[in-house]
Parts: sequence; structure tokens; C-alpha cells
Amino acid sequence: MTESSAITPEQVEHLASLSRIAMGEDELKSLAGDLSTILSNVARVNEVAGDDVPATSHPIALSNVLRPDVVGETLTNEQALASAPASADEKFLVPQILGEE
Amino acid sequence: MKYEDAIKKYDPVIGIEVHVELGTATKMFDAAPNTFGGGPNTNITPTSLGLPGSLPVVNEKGVEYAIKIGLALGCEIAETCRFARKNYFYPDVPKDFQTSQSDEPIAAEGQVEIELEDGTMFTIPVERAHMEEDAGKNTHIGGATGRIHGADHSLVDYNRAGVPLVEIVTHPITGTGDRAAEVASTYVRTLRDIFRALDVSEARMEQGNVRADVNVSLRESPDAPLGTRTETKNVNSFRSIERAVRYEIARQATRLEAGEKIVQETRHFHEGTGETSSGRPKSDADDYRYFPEPDLVPLVPSRDWVEELRATLPELPAQKRRRLAGVWGFSDLEMRDVVNAGLLEAIEDTVSAGAKPAAARKWWTGEVARLANQKEQHPTELVTPDQVAALIGLINDGKLNDKLAKDVLTAVADGEGEPAEVMSARGLEIVEDTGALEAAVEEAIAANPDVVEKIKGGKMQAIGALMGPIMKATRGQADAGKAKDLILAKING
Repeated sequence: MTESSAITPEQVEHLASLSRIAMGEDELKSLAGDLSTILSNVARVNEVAGDDVPATSHPIALSNVLRPDVVGETLTNEQALASAPASADEKFLVPQILGEE
Repeated sequence: MKYEDAIKKYDPVIGIEVHVELGTATKMFDAAPNTFGGGPNTNITPTSLGLPGSLPVVNEKGVEYAIKIGLALGCEIAETCRFARKNYFYPDVPKDFQTSQSDEPIAAEGQVEIELEDGTMFTIPVERAHMEEDAGKNTHIGGATGRIHGADHSLVDYNRAGVPLVEIVTHPITGTGDRAAEVASTYVRTLRDIFRALDVSEARMEQGNVRADVNVSLRESPDAPLGTRTETKNVNSFRSIERAVRYEIARQATRLEAGEKIVQETRHFHEGTGETSSGRPKSDADDYRYFPEPDLVPLVPSRDWVEELRATLPELPAQKRRRLAGVWGFSDLEMRDVVNAGLLEAIEDTVSAGAKPAAARKWWTGEVARLANQKEQHPTELVTPDQVAALIGLINDGKLNDKLAKDVLTAVADGEGEPAEVMSARGLEIVEDTGALEAAVEEAIAANPDVVEKIKGGKMQAIGALMGPIMKATRGQADAGKAKDLILAKING
């Protein structure tokens, strides 16, 4: 495992907070170890991929999948709100948004 | 510290991010209609809501419009680019991420020429233009001011979620000196005009089709490194952009003078007071963890497509102004007045309807503008180019003089009908009855022997002294040219 792929508990804590996931000390430590292992395994790809292999973001070699600008079927207001935990005035009702704007 | 003092002491650097909503028929990644208004949460599909199992598909027209904007701003269009997820939690983004572009925007490195009101030209360096989607709209309930603080809960309408946006980001704009505020608003106005010329957006500021975020920082001198900047979000009128920049320059200077540091933060602009207030500091929450959107494949705009679109680019507003100024023979100052008054199109249409450019300019910037000013309306709301052209036609035909034409114009503006109708209905037409005119001329000559002597002596200006009585006798309806001819004929005959 290379130095750069080592994940610290602090980094996991930062990611957990960005992801709104509450984690205990133990979890942070064990996950840091797990993630480090996963990253170093994935990093092996670098050993076989030469400079002639470009980075890819998609498993299928496809590009330019576009659709014409034509209106299709939409949901009704009732359908849209059917699965909402709460709604009012034809809108989704969400809890108070704290500290951010 | 006052703005005027701040700008003398510090060198301002500004940066502007402009979002424009594209006028496509559908959203960027799904087939929901992209329309303003309608009931809440009706212009939506499962993809608009980010429901499980829904997948985005890129709107071809949205890409086309983005490429057109990129080309109009002189950008390079990427050979290949990707969409990325910008991750953050906020209820107006139903997927918990915004589909945007990160390190691979569709267009990069362009520039926009802007012209300030006094004719000073300025070049704005554009860093990039990228495609993304708009968010839904939150309404905060329970707070006294409708803002977040004090709100009990929020209501969300996702009709706008997924509407195609292009975001245009400038490099830091330096060298504006005391014109920073004016440069900022003129730049956004210029972009607005370009969007309209390209027909890619209605580009109505008041409807939020075009929104600007304004970055401001100060430094001791143009040689110093860039200072810490603040970003004032969602400043949505040209006047507000100017006020926000001025306010931030004064506020930051005051802090620096007091030995305080500028906090890097987003700020909010308040229309009522013209002030900005602290939003939230830049923090960990700004770690958006961008990564390539796995549900969308790369976009590779073919060079043929790009060139095809380049060929369809209309004449851009700045080019058009230069061309028309030449064709019409207007001076720089005349042309600026016309543009600043928002009368370029009106005059262009009036000329198309048959009027001479000089006459069209004279009437639009003169009497029509004066009437509009009185009524606190824009001149184009008062009369149409066809009506002004018709009025000018009646003058050229000798049926109206300038004075009568003004009366006709006022009546047309009041909705009394077309110029020719108003002229007939009100009996404003120049007296064709030569008998009546001759009588008036003879009367004036008889009553003013001293003036007649002057004219005989070669003082042609003296004719003016006879016109008053003649106009009075004919209730202003005499053709001044004909009257003059008659006077000379009678005196010299």
C-alpha cells in the first residue's frame, strides 16, 4: 500500500459529515482501514494501464446519447406528492432548514 | 469608508458568474416541459424528482444552445466533455446532487467586448461556460420575512428543477478602477443582449432567467496579489449589480482601514437598503465531491456540428450596432444615445417601414421619448415603429408639419388610432386650400411693412417674423415651406 492511498480516520470523519452519516470513533477507525485496503486494491489498475489508456468514467464506450427537445409524459401533482412524507399547498413540505442558505 | 474614497485607495477586482435559463421546450435531462408558471409540481417527471430507477437523458437542444453561447463568447468548444455530480444536501435539489460540469466544461476561454455608457470599451475575459440544471423553489413558512431564519418549515416546488442552465464564469476582471460597478452591470447587460440575439433564452432579469453572482475583492495596488473575495449571490437587476459592487467595495475598504480581515464568504444583497449581509462562510460544506455522472455518457460535439452552429450565429448586438451606425450615418454619440435609450430595434423597424434613419432617430429620441418619460413608460410601449414611420410619411408628403405631427403623435400615444386616422378625425392636416394660405400671407405682409422691407433688403431670416401671424391665422396648419414660397413670390413679384 502506498502512502498516498492511506485513508485517515479524520478523512473518514470529514466524508461522513459531508454525507450526513453519524459515526463513532471505532467505526471511523475500522472504515479508514477498510477504505485504505479498497483503494490500494483498485490502485493496482494503474500498474497495468499504460499511458496509452485514457481515464474513463463509463464502462461502455458510448458518447453523445441525446434526446430531441420534445415534451413527454409528466406526473400529475397528486402522483408527484403521493410518496412525499409530508405536503401542503400542492408542494413538498420539508423540515426547517437550519444554518444554511 | 465611502465608495468614492475606497476606490481611490484600493484597486478593486471583480468576478462574475452568470446563470442563464435556456428557452428549450423541455428540461435538460428529462422530457418535462420547461415552462414558466403552471400549478406547483406539475412540470415534472420521475427524473425531475430524482426518483429511484429514473435515468437522465441529455437534451440535444440544450447542448446546441450551450455551444451557441460558447461560440458567441469566442470560446473554444471542447472536443469532448462530461457531466459531473455536484453533491450537496438542500431540499430544492431533489437528487441531493446537481448535475453540472466540473473540470470538463463544454466551452472555455473566451472574451466579451463591452461598451460603457460613455463609449469606453472594455474586454471581459471569460474562463468557461458550462451546462447544468436549475434547482426547485423553496418557500419558507413561518418566518417573518420569508427568509430561512425563523422559518418553521419549507415548501418545495420542483417545476424549475432540471431546467437547463448555462453558467458563464469570468476570470478575475482587473483594471476597472473606479468603473468596477459599471463594468459589472454592463457586462451582464451585454450577455443578456447576446442571449436574446442568439434566441437561446427570453433572458428576462425580472423573471430570474438571468441571475448574477458578483465576486469582489480589494488590493492595495494593481501589482499586489489578489485580496480575499466575497461572493454576493443572486443579484438580479442591472441596478442591483452596480449597487452590490459599490457596497462591497465600500464595506471591504472600511474593514481593511480598521485593520480587519475580509472573510471569504457568500453574501446576500438586500434590494431595500442596497446593502449586503453575511450569508455563510466558505467551509467544509463547499466540498462538493464532484465526480463524473455515471448515468450519462461523455459528450463529444462533432466539429461538423460546431461549425454548422457557428454558421447559424446571428449578428451579435455589438457588431450590429457598428454596422447600423455606418449604414445610418449616425455619430458615435447619437448611436450611444439610441442604444442607451433602448431604441435601436425601434429605429431599425421604423427604417424598415420606410422612414429615413435621421427622421426615425429624431422622433424616437425626441418627442416619443419625451411623451414616454411623462407617462413613465418605455417609448416602445407608447407607439409602434409602423406608426412612427407613418407619421414621418405624412410629414414628407407635406400633410403635417412638425408641430401638427406632435399633436398627432400625442393622440396616437393616447390610443386614438393610426396617425392618418387621427389627422383626419382631428382636422390636423395642413391647409391645402391655397386661398386661405394666400389670404393669411397677404394679411401678414400688409400688417408688417417693416419686415417686408428687411426681406426686400436681403434679410431672409426676417421671414420668420411673418410666419407667426400666418400660423396663427391658419391655426398652425400652414405648410411652412409653401408659406415661405408664397411670401417671396408676393414680395418679389
